[in-house]
Amino acid sequence: MKELTFGTLIAVFEEIFGRGLFWIMVAAAVIVTLAYFYVLIRDRSVSWRKFLWAQLSMPFGAVAAVLFVQFMTHSAFSDIGGPIDVIVLLGVAVAGAIGAAILVYTAESLLRPQKNHDA
Amino acid sequence: MTKETQFSPSRRGFLSLAAGAGVLAAAGAGQQVRAQVATKAHIVILGAGAAGAALSNRLVERLDGAKITIVDGRKEHWYQPGFSLIAAGLKKANYSVSNTTDWLPRGVDLKTEMATNIDPEAKTVALGNGEVLTYDYLVIATGLTLDYDSIEGFEMDMIGKDGVGSLYAGPQYAAKTWEAAGKFAEEGGVGLFTRPNTEMKCAGAPIKHTFLIDDIARRNGSRGKADITYFANNNSLFGVPIVSEKIRMVFGDRGINHEYGHVVKSIDAGAKKVTFATPDGDYDRDYDYVHIIPPQRAPEVIRNSGLSWANKWTDQGWVEVDKHSLRHNRYANIFAVGDVAGVPKGKTAASVKWQVPVVEEHLVADISGTTSDASYDGYTSCPLITRIGRAMLIEFDYKNNLTPSFPGVIAPLEELWISWLMKEVALKATYNAMLRGKA
Repeated sequence: MKELTFGTLIAVFEEIFGRGLFWIMVAAAVIVTLAYFYVLIRDRSVSWRKFLWAQLSMPFGAVAAVLFVQFMTHSAFSDIGGPIDVIVLLGVAVAGAIGAAILVYTAESLLRPQKNHDA
Repeated sequence: MTKETQFSPSRRGFLSLAAGAGVLAAAGAGQQVRAQVATKAHIVILGAGAAGAALSNRLVERLDGAKITIVDGRKEHWYQPGFSLIAAGLKKANYSVSNTTDWLPRGVDLKTEMATNIDPEAKTVALGNGEVLTYDYLVIATGLTLDYDSIEGFEMDMIGKDGVGSLYAGPQYAAKTWEAAGKFAEEGGVGLFTRPNTEMKCAGAPIKHTFLIDDIARRNGSRGKADITYFANNNSLFGVPIVSEKIRMVFGDRGINHEYGHVVKSIDAGAKKVTFATPDGDYDRDYDYVHIIPPQRAPEVIRNSGLSWANKWTDQGWVEVDKHSLRHNRYANIFAVGDVAGVPKGKTAASVKWQVPVVEEHLVADISGTTSDASYDGYTSCPLITRIGRAMLIEFDYKNNLTPSFPGVIAPLEELWISWLMKEVALKATYNAMLRGKA
């Protein structure tokens, strides 16, 4: 890679997903993140009950992310060929897990606002 | 749980965090802005393929007032690195097809004609419709021509039928190649995989095709019925010795036979027989599937222009340029970039990505009356697919040195999933970004 700058990276991602879809996905990620912060601030605390549900969703998010990437790229677990492949696989899984946790926590908080003595 | 005071973010904290993120994003996204050079120069670019499109996009950013004319009679733009995937049934033909005009910047003049004559003394280019362009600078980025006619008995309409494949001929032919190759991968038989005895674009492609069809036959459970042989044109499997040895080992692992010094001379599709020219004379082989890659040469208009090397590649006619500056050795206002350039390595899109900024720097320096030390070192990259899901990310230069982009992270001679992911996911995107002058 030559000149791997932030601008290049944005250009590459625009081409992978199409400019429209990429920015919609960025917007969706930003909205979910902002909504997550919004509920944190609104509730002034982490609801550990909701966080438990969010944690339970993490393995599902991890597995879903890995299967999604494998499906999209004609790949399978047997294609893992070296340490970097394991790291990439774990990276995809962790990203899926965290994404799922944030999504579930935020959705729960928005749909079922915290009652006074929820915790 | 006690009171809800352990983690209590404030609105102000949240806002400053958001603002900080916004500033970071804005700072990162801001492109480096360089002052444009004012000029009235007329730059003619022959060819709107990967090199021509990328260069025109970059020149438009660098020059103010230049007249840029780009000459290409072909309406379709082909993403050629996709042909290997199409010919293995992994992508449809349209994966590689877009319009030439999709990639050209505003402000350049596209002539939808082919060049018919170049006169470097008079600094003119004649087009198919009789129009004559006069240039100050000429960039030759025509690509190359596939010389199927020099294979006796070969007709283009054989591709896809009776076990004949040739993925180089274009997206539709790559798809037809899959029809023939896919049948072989199901039924087995004798599979012959060949390459020409000229310089060729992406010398890894014939090897990728061999590995992919081997893998697909394995997945079909018919590999036991298939006898697969790869025929090298000379005494190595790949131009870079260390890579050649690695390929020999992987061939061994996969049970793929290989022969050296075999070049397809003629084909008899009716009898399903090819004749190879070898150092020991002609040699016939029957096949159930044969993959043909034709000899490759500079387009006729280039070979007739007097711009080719006189003492090298005389049967192929590549443009006589300095291998580091890509400037013509006899005409300082002429450059060649991409497949047509007469340099020892680098007929790939990855090479184009490295070559285009070099030509850009020299052109802009010439126009502004300075000099540039921008230099192309022969960088070429080849994600050498060894099966569906794995590839070796091979990068090298003129000196046959391996030049890994991610040393210690992505090993060049290992079959890795991440290298496959790069080919499958990131390569076309990077290529497209390059066409737009952004990578």
